[in-house]
Amino acid sequence: MKKTVNQKAWFLVLPVLLLVGFSAVIPLMTVVNYSIQDTFGNNQFFPAGLEWFEEILHSERIHDALGRQVLFTGIIMAIEIPLGIFIALNMPKGGVWASVCLVLVALPLLVPWNVVGTIWQIFGRTDIGLLGYTLASMGIDYNYTQDILSAWITLIIMDVWHWTSLVVLLCYAGLQSIPSAYYQAAKIDQASRWNVFRYIELPKMMGVLLIASLLRFMDSFMIYTEPMVVTGGGPGNATTFLSIDLVKMAIGQFDLGPAAAFSLIYFLVILLVSWAFFTIMTNIDKQEK
Amino acid sequence: MARITLSDLAHSYVQNPKNEKDYALRTLNHEWEDGAAYALLGPSGCGKSTLLNIISGILTPSHGRILFDDKDVTFEETTDRNIAQVFQFPVVYDTMTVQQNLEFPLKNRGMDAKYISQRVSSIARSIKVEDIMHKKAQGLTADQKQKISLGRGMVREDVNAILFDEPLTVIDPHMKWELRTQLKALHKELKHTMIFVTHDQTEALTFADKVVVMNVGEVVQIGTPQELFEKPAHTFVGYFIGSPGMNILEAEVHGNHALIGEHTLKLEHTYKALKGKVELGIRPEFMTLCEEGRGIKIEIERIEDVAHHKIVRARYNNANVNIIVDEDTIITDTMTNMTFDMTRVNIYENSWLVEGEKI
Repeated sequence: MKKTVNQKAWFLVLPVLLLVGFSAVIPLMTVVNYSIQDTFGNNQFFPAGLEWFEEILHSERIHDALGRQVLFTGIIMAIEIPLGIFIALNMPKGGVWASVCLVLVALPLLVPWNVVGTIWQIFGRTDIGLLGYTLASMGIDYNYTQDILSAWITLIIMDVWHWTSLVVLLCYAGLQSIPSAYYQAAKIDQASRWNVFRYIELPKMMGVLLIASLLRFMDSFMIYTEPMVVTGGGPGNATTFLSIDLVKMAIGQFDLGPAAAFSLIYFLVILLVSWAFFTIMTNIDKQEK
Repeated sequence: MARITLSDLAHSYVQNPKNEKDYALRTLNHEWEDGAAYALLGPSGCGKSTLLNIISGILTPSHGRILFDDKDVTFEETTDRNIAQVFQFPVVYDTMTVQQNLEFPLKNRGMDAKYISQRVSSIARSIKVEDIMHKKAQGLTADQKQKISLGRGMVREDVNAILFDEPLTVIDPHMKWELRTQLKALHKELKHTMIFVTHDQTEALTFADKVVVMNVGEVVQIGTPQELFEKPAHTFVGYFIGSPGMNILEAEVHGNHALIGEHTLKLEHTYKALKGKVELGIRPEFMTLCEEGRGIKIEIERIEDVAHHKIVRARYNNANVNIIVDEDTIITDTMTNMTFDMTRVNIYENSWLVEGEKI
């Protein structure tokens, strides 16, 4: 195809550049700005070099928060992805019940983050919450405000309740796109249920599973609202994930420099992991072809 | 391998079928001989896929029974019928290699490893995929994939029948021909009962020993390609098969005379009194274009030059008439008449063939 060269065409890109500039680049640059300066107040700043970055990278507090974050993301993904696939496999393929199931499954996704937090905060309370009260009256030692394990379990169950639906919907869409001839061929070949899953359903779902995993990774790695409402990061620091810690540092302690350096590193970690994840998965896909 | 018997088979997708129109497949009795190659030919929506799905067990017929040899399998699952099917588009297990794909049906049946490897390599040789055995199936071309789905069917020696549901739809034209030839060779070699559904007459006629022609849920004729060509049992078969199809002209038949338009033809057979719509059918191949003075005058509309012959498109008595002429014949302006090879004329009563008595 022959291309016409017209340098004026750059003007057509200008609106987008301006928009991206105002929405992303300029706000980000203010963060960069804070991360390399120090202040003693009165709005007077002086350069601090990479000091904040070094401090953050060596901070035990951040390491701990990162560890908790990785653990949390790991656990919820290990539950949500297989559970989502399992539910999608068992949903009706057509008819009225398929629609009913879809609506029911999609419901948690429609609840705002802080409402989800509030629901579980109250649900888990031992004095007035249905779950907490029931468990307590059964003699189970459950109290998410004091017991670390209870707090973690509550947060994990909450996240699974809130977000497994996303995985289910994506997998369901992937499954629906498999032509019925594949299932017929499997019957003819006398393939077992496991083999049907392993060799037909799973390969055909890989694309959507990749998207689902990526979304769940990013969202859970940045989780803030729900644990903030339920546990506020406690008991102690037991559920202080990266975002919660960042907000504490930036707004609670008003350590703008370290907080800015922290958020940049945080951002780069998410970007890097997502990129690596995506590249590896698409490469596996290509190799198979 | 087995003989497949269809006994009073009929199917309707409607819950309570009221009249014939509700049936996708009308009552059918037929026996598919063991080891023969059949083609199910008909236009889209004629019920051929329904019939195939009943044989493979995807559908349970609303009436009648289906038997493999003497065993009633009407209500048996696909899994238990021991048939193979090749679908319209290639169905392979993407993440497996070609080898694993071919082994899969045998492994699932718990066959002995030594037998599997022996059998798989022999099938691989037959379908000519030996050089790609260790490739992932995902990256193959459509025709290679289709060969593998075929191979997966044939790898079982005891398979009752291999069903093909328009398997060449997604294949490139030049590969179609090659695959069809291979199929034919494989059939000769392995003698499986094969049923090949298609709406392409060339496919049907080159592949099959016997062709089953269907139209609106009904089998109109079962016969060898030659029978379909020479003695179409129904006018539908006449113009569905052949290119162009049979010429069908309105006629009045009295004894051994047929009146078409204003012309009377002397027939080779004599017919009893016919009721209803009477037509005369003759293939374009059995007609000649000749000079004025002989035969019957027609209005020539145009002449088409196709590969090995010319097709003369003409009108006679408000009907289309096509005549096939040799490619070297020079058609002059005075050649405006047609004559028939009277031994090839068929007479139809209400669209069905009537056999006359030899004079």
